[in-house]
Amino acid sequence: MSVIAQAAAPRRLARSRFTFDRLEVLGPLFIMPAILYVIVLVGLPFLLALYYSVSAYSIFNPSYTFVGLKNFREVIDSEIFRRTLANTLIFTISAQIIGLLLGKIGAMLLMQEFPGRRLARALIVLPWAVPVSLATLAWVWMFDSLYSVINWTLVAAGLIDAAHRPQWLGQEDLAMIAVAVVHAWRLFPFGVVIFLAGFTSVPQDVLDAATIDGAGFWRRNYQIILPIIAPIIMIAVIFGTVFTFTDLSVVYLLTKGGPINSTQVLGSLAFQVGILSGDVAHGAAICLFLFPFLLVAVILLLRSLRRREI
Amino acid sequence: MAAVTTKDIRKDFGDVAAVDGVSLSVRDGEFLVLLGPSGCGKTTFLRIIAGLERQTSGDVLINDEIVNDITPRARGVAMVFQSYGLYPHLTVANNIAFPLKTQGTPRPEIKCKVDWAAGLLGIDGLLHRRPRQLSGGERQRVALARALVRNPTVFLLDEPLSNLDAKLRACARSELKQFQQKVETTTIYVTHDQVEAMGMGDRIAVIDHGKLRQVGTPSEIYDHPADDFVASFLGTPPMNLVEHTGGLLGFRPEHFLPREMLDGAALSELPFRIDRMEYLGSERILYGALDGFRAKHEVTAKLPAHVQLSGIRAGEWHKFAVREAELRYFDRDGRRTVGTQEQAR
Repeated sequence: MSVIAQAAAPRRLARSRFTFDRLEVLGPLFIMPAILYVIVLVGLPFLLALYYSVSAYSIFNPSYTFVGLKNFREVIDSEIFRRTLANTLIFTISAQIIGLLLGKIGAMLLMQEFPGRRLARALIVLPWAVPVSLATLAWVWMFDSLYSVINWTLVAAGLIDAAHRPQWLGQEDLAMIAVAVVHAWRLFPFGVVIFLAGFTSVPQDVLDAATIDGAGFWRRNYQIILPIIAPIIMIAVIFGTVFTFTDLSVVYLLTKGGPINSTQVLGSLAFQVGILSGDVAHGAAICLFLFPFLLVAVILLLRSLRRREI
Repeated sequence: MAAVTTKDIRKDFGDVAAVDGVSLSVRDGEFLVLLGPSGCGKTTFLRIIAGLERQTSGDVLINDEIVNDITPRARGVAMVFQSYGLYPHLTVANNIAFPLKTQGTPRPEIKCKVDWAAGLLGIDGLLHRRPRQLSGGERQRVALARALVRNPTVFLLDEPLSNLDAKLRACARSELKQFQQKVETTTIYVTHDQVEAMGMGDRIAVIDHGKLRQVGTPSEIYDHPADDFVASFLGTPPMNLVEHTGGLLGFRPEHFLPREMLDGAALSELPFRIDRMEYLGSERILYGALDGFRAKHEVTAKLPAHVQLSGIRAGEWHKFAVREAELRYFDRDGRRTVGTQEQAR
C-alpha cells in the first residue's frame, strides 16, 4: 500500500526520463537524418540541375540568364545525344539480362553442396567489393589490343585467327559488348545474392510437392520457383536498372565513351559536356533526360511488383 | 491402389542413423499410421517411400516391384505435407490441376477431374482463390484434392492435421478417415499424436530412434505393447512401469483401481500412497507411489469421475489392486515376456 502512495514523487522524474520511449518523439527523430540527407544531397542538386538546364550557365560565363527550353532543344537535335540515349538503353538492358542470367546460374550452383562452398560464396561478392577503378583496369588489360588474354585464349582454342584478332575496345560493336559485359560482371554478385535469397525463401514443402506432382527440373524452375521469387527479382531489376542507367564509371574507365561515341552513355556524356567542357547548362539538360526514363521504369516495376505480391 | 513393402531400410545422416533397418509391409487399401516422437525418423522414412530421399541401404517395393531408382512421379505416389506445400502463386484450381498438367492430361479432362476432386472435398466454391486467402482447414483440403486428383497408387500424409486447431483437427480426423475408406487408396500416415494414430489407423507402426518397435492394430499396440517404449508412449497417462524381479511390471492407470471396486479372483493387491489428485471432468488422475516397488515415473491411477472417493485422501495409503490379466511383464531390456503370470508380490 505504501508503495502506491510513494509513486507521486518519482512520477514527475519518470515523465522526462521516458520522453524517448514515446513514438511521436522518437519516430521523427530517427527519420530526420534520412530526410535531411535526401533534401541536401538529392533534392537540392536536383533543383539546381533544373535551374541550370534552363539557363545559359557555363564555368566560363557563370550567368543565370533564363533561356527557356533552348538547351533541351539543342541537346535533342544533337546526333551524339540521340546515339548516347540509344547506347544507354542497350547498355542497361543487356547488362541487366546478362547479369541476372549469370546471377541465377551462379545462385543455382551455390545452392548445391560441394566442398569449399562457403569460400565460393564469399569470393563471389568480389566483383562488387573491389573498387570499380581497380576491377576495370584488370578488364582493360584483358581487352588490350596486344596483350588481351581473351584473344590469346580464343586463338589458342582455335576459335579465331591470330591475324584477325578482335579489337575489343577499338571496334564500335565490340566496344559496346565489352562495356556491357564488364557491367554485367559487376552486377553478377548482386544477382547471385538476390537469387540465393529468393531460392532459400521458397519453402522446401513446395519444392517437394512439385517433385511429387511430377514436375521436372525445368517445370519446377519456371512454373514454381521463378513465379514465387518474382517480387524479389523485380527489386533486383529496379536496383540494377537505376544503377546501370546512371552509371558512368565503367564506360569512362574502359572507353571514355569511344570509339566515336559508340559506348557513350548519358552519364558519361553529361560529365564530358558539363564538367570537362564546362558547359554546365547543356550538361544539366542531358542529365535530366535520365529522370523521365527512370521515373517510368520505376513506376512500371513497382506496379508489377504490387500485382505479383503473394 | 498398391501394396508397399520396405526391406531393411536404413538412412544415415553423417554418423546418425535416422532410419535404422525398418522392414514393413503395408497392405493394399490399408490405412497405416507411423507413430513416434519428434525426430524418430518417421518423416524421413515416409520421404524415402515417396522417393524424395534416397535410402542408404535397403529396398522399397510398390506392388512387389523394387522402386529404389524410380523417380517420385514414376512411383505414382501422392503426398500431403505438414504445411501443405501449396503453390502460393497459383489459384486453388491450378494447384489441384498441377499434377495433371505435368502428366500432359488434356485440358477438358483436367477441368473435369479438378471439379470432381473439389466437389468430393467440398471446396468447389474456392477454386479461384489463392492459398493465402484460405483458412488452415481449407488449405488442407486443397492439398488433399491435389493428392487425390491423379489417382495415386499410395497416399503419403505427413502430419497433415498438425497445423489445425484442436476443434478442427478432431473434425478433420474423422473426415479424413471416412474419405480414405471411400477412395480405398493405400495410405501411410505419419503423426506423433497417439489420438490420431489410435483413431485413424487400421494398423499402427510405432517407431523410435529410427527403429520399428511394434506393428499392430490399435488394440494390440495399446493392450499388448511389445516393449517398455511402446507401453510408455501410448496412453494418457502412460502405462505404469515398476521394477520387479529383474525386469519391469506394467499396468495401465485405468486398470489400477481401489481394491473395493474390484471383485472376483486373480487380483494383485498393491498399497498405493496417493500424493495428489487431478480432477479432469470425466475422470480423476491419482498420482503417488507403491510400497516396495521402484518406479521409473510417478505411479498413476485413472478413475472415472463418478466413482465416490470416500476414504481416499492425498497423503494416505490405500489398498489398490490390478487384475492379473491386466499385468504386463517386460525383461531387463524392456522387451515383453509372455506368459509369466507370477504373483506381483
